[in-house]
Amino acid sequence: MKVRGLWGPVVLAAALVIVTQFYFCGLSGARTKSRERLSIQGSTTILPIAQAIAEEYMDLADRGLLPEMDITVRGGGSGVGITALLDGTIDIAMASRPIKPGEIERARKKGFNPVPTIIAKDGIAVIVHPSNSIKGLNIEQLKAIYTGQISTWSKVGGQDKSIVVISRDTASGTFETFKKLVLKGEKVRNDALMLASNQAVATTVAKTPGAIGYVGLGYLSERVKALEIDKVEPSQRTVVNGDYKLSRPLFMYTHGEPKGMTKKFIDFVLSLAGQRVVKDLGFVPLG
Amino acid sequence: MKKNFIEKLLPLFAFLSCLFLLGITFTLFIEGLPAFKAVGFWKFIFGKSWHPTHEPPEFGILPLILSSLGVTFFALIIAIPLSLGSAIYISEVISPRIKEILKPIIELLAGIPSVVYGFFGIVFLAPLVQKMFNLPTGLTFLTASIILGIMIVPTIASLTEDAISAVPREIKEASFALGATKWETITQVVVPGASSGIITAILLGMGRAMGETMTVLMVAGGATMIPKSIFQPVRPMTATIAAEMGEAPMGSPHYHALFAIALALFLLVLIFNLLVDWISLKRR
Repeated sequence: MKVRGLWGPVVLAAALVIVTQFYFCGLSGARTKSRERLSIQGSTTILPIAQAIAEEYMDLADRGLLPEMDITVRGGGSGVGITALLDGTIDIAMASRPIKPGEIERARKKGFNPVPTIIAKDGIAVIVHPSNSIKGLNIEQLKAIYTGQISTWSKVGGQDKSIVVISRDTASGTFETFKKLVLKGEKVRNDALMLASNQAVATTVAKTPGAIGYVGLGYLSERVKALEIDKVEPSQRTVVNGDYKLSRPLFMYTHGEPKGMTKKFIDFVLSLAGQRVVKDLGFVPLG
Repeated sequence: MKKNFIEKLLPLFAFLSCLFLLGITFTLFIEGLPAFKAVGFWKFIFGKSWHPTHEPPEFGILPLILSSLGVTFFALIIAIPLSLGSAIYISEVISPRIKEILKPIIELLAGIPSVVYGFFGIVFLAPLVQKMFNLPTGLTFLTASIILGIMIVPTIASLTEDAISAVPREIKEASFALGATKWETITQVVVPGASSGIITAILLGMGRAMGETMTVLMVAGGATMIPKSIFQPVRPMTATIAAEMGEAPMGSPHYHALFAIALALFLLVLIFNLLVDWISLKRR
């Protein structure tokens, strides 16, 4: 009892922290004993794919068909995923864009070597309100609309109505792809609505008669109308055979070539079972 | 012994809060200052165009600052009459028994998560605004202001009601004794007497409106331009940070610029809070 004074509370707090640590570690340790863990984080576009595949994997593992492991999947965005990978807190980073030069540099400094595996493809569909009479656009018209040179539908053969341009916020992987393939280095008109998710774009276009937006193939529904681009309609078939130009690869990044548990999971993603999940979710399977 | 121990523990907890604040401030400065250095402070604050992923990137946050301030200002215009009216009604007009029912209901509004407000805005208010004013889109400055205004009513109303109730009864009775009507007493005695509390309430509501993120991300539309009309889509500072932080590569200029926005916002809110303290000190 002589350890009083200022140190008393500090010692007590420290003791509390240590005891709770042991308590919780003990609990979870007992539950997951002998199982290996795999944590995945990153792009919200890939999140539903990874979640569904992880569930499928653990389901099969429970039936003894695959080696058991505990898989946790979290979102946060491509940047967050890659950062977490470089910090060594996760095993696999999901990214809807290739790693950037600055990130590679950071990885080198830390002695890491991030390696991409393409796990699926995603087509980017250009959507309008169902009441719009336009059937399709070419890339140049699309660019002119997004940069502000064309601002009424009548200039591209539609009704006399002003165009409400809807884009994704500039940091999203979907935007980066759109920027590369359509805008080719020019800026989006600055009165464009910038929405934070594919779902928000789809909902807003469905409710706004003059709107144009772009979303991943998985977000198409009868509430919006997908346009043909250069006379090719967006679908899994046209993305696979390369006719539809607005598509992008989706990546999983690992430390070096996948190995051990990481390899087992990525192999499963690339397997027939994994790619079927990709297809069911509206994305484009490989090959 | 036991009491002694707890007494010693309490300052530790109080001290911890300070530590967290210090830590957050420190991080904001460390991560935000490189952007000021790279872009230049004035160019960053007064730059008119925000194209963080363009080649070369442009980091001007004036449209974002003006959106934040503008939306907050309009939210206050909507919230102040509503909350002052309800606070005066609750504390001076109705019977204490009804007050006991009504006040918790208003305070309950404060407990609704902001994402729910945002959802309400997208599904209900935005289409309404779009139809009513015949706009191309309902996600506008006005929509965001209305929702924020509703969100801060409970904060302002509840604190204003406390301030009004704290006006001593003797003063009111003296006013009645001099022959003033109830209305005259309220407008010329009670409200001026509670004014420092009311101003504090308004400034706290203002701080909340300015820091609100989810709602404005969902309903403000997100166009990065200087607002010229209340029917345009805008993008407040908080929405920009929330929308872009996830994908910005760590350590990139874009990443530091987002922290610098947070730093600017933090300083703005800090100024409001200091104002609150200063006013309540001066009036006391």
